[in-house]
Amino acid sequence: MNDTHASTAKKSMATIWLDGCSGCHMSFLDLDERLLELTAQMELVYSPLVDRKDFPEHVDITLVEGSVSSEEDLHKIRLVRAHTQTLVSLGDCAVTGNVPSLRNPIGVAAIEQRAYLESGLLHPAIPDQVVPKLLPFVRPVHAVVKVDLYVPGCPPSADTIYYALTEVLAGRTPDLSDRTRFGK
Amino acid sequence: MTNVVTLKINDRDVSGRDDETILEIARQNAIFIPTLCHLDGLGDIGACRLCLVEIKGNNKLLPACVVVVQEGMEILTDSPRLAEYRQMIVQMLFAEGNHVCSVCVSNGHCELQDMAHTVQIDHIDLAYQYPKREVDASHNLFSLDRNRCILCTRCVRVCDEIEGVHTWDLMGRGIQSQVIIDMNQPWGTSDTCTSCGKCVQVCPTGALFEKGKAVAEMTKNPAFLPYLVSMRESKKSP
Repeated sequence: MNDTHASTAKKSMATIWLDGCSGCHMSFLDLDERLLELTAQMELVYSPLVDRKDFPEHVDITLVEGSVSSEEDLHKIRLVRAHTQTLVSLGDCAVTGNVPSLRNPIGVAAIEQRAYLESGLLHPAIPDQVVPKLLPFVRPVHAVVKVDLYVPGCPPSADTIYYALTEVLAGRTPDLSDRTRFGK
Repeated sequence: MTNVVTLKINDRDVSGRDDETILEIARQNAIFIPTLCHLDGLGDIGACRLCLVEIKGNNKLLPACVVVVQEGMEILTDSPRLAEYRQMIVQMLFAEGNHVCSVCVSNGHCELQDMAHTVQIDHIDLAYQYPKREVDASHNLFSLDRNRCILCTRCVRVCDEIEGVHTWDLMGRGIQSQVIIDMNQPWGTSDTCTSCGKCVQVCPTGALFEKGKAVAEMTKNPAFLPYLVSMRESKKSP
């Protein structure tokens, strides 16, 4: 009985948003009516698009947008990895560090100085609470936790995401080499 | 005096002159070997190592662009070993610089970006180095962003061999290596640069670009080069 249930059950899917512009999530939403088609096979259980606060105990597929830039990102991605079966780096920020990593050769101190002290704020001060502390270097997701699939692109197109998702849902490893690339 | 030699590339019988390189013979026979530093019309230096091939009887991998063919050579241009090395080389190029395709002037027209696709890498396993590299925007027409430079030295060679000026050169060793202008001075202060723009046209990445170009707008046309070279050579011969 349980086995029958397991084989026909929908896969659970989550998306998380680290240091990125949300463009990959927008591209995901660009699946449009194909999202409805996918809901026959999977259920979105956690996402910036879903009102749930805690990451579920077990998720089959998690799409990660964004690089690991702050202590909060690091905490989140470790938690997500521990509770995810197939972790997908979605988009260039997750895959390469991309735009957030432009700060790496400059250093945190200089960046904070420029952003908080020299930008003409009414009360110039580097925040020490509420805003998560920046890590010394912005890192791609796979530099921090194991990643199972890479979907480069800035952002990857809706077609690419759809292809990747349907292949993963079918238990296959998608070959994305002719569909997307760094920067595309 | 040159002789005709016969050899095998990927188990195919081919022939060529004994002063031609493996790369030249391969291309004449439509056999693909990846390259980045090679450019038709410029002298070869074997800098990027992407054209490494296996030669039977030799444990070392040799760069096809600077090794001339010999009678009876048996060459492999593709193998799991070569594929692994080529992926490693392209990963090293990405990890050693600061390449951010999505905001680069050459996005979509970049030979490094294309090469990542050719050798099928979808992420960089090596640790990114995030080196501090200087940008030079002092020239009134062109800019140099060393973050995107892969040290292929096409700019150095085209300036020296074709324009005959040698404004560009290399300085430093290892990860400190960089292209420089004249005696390592701002481009705009160079009194040798003729502003011909050949270096910009031959640069495989967005390291050299025309001012005023935004993301993905910088297309390059190095096709003038073989034409220029052949016109010169035909003028020289009686």
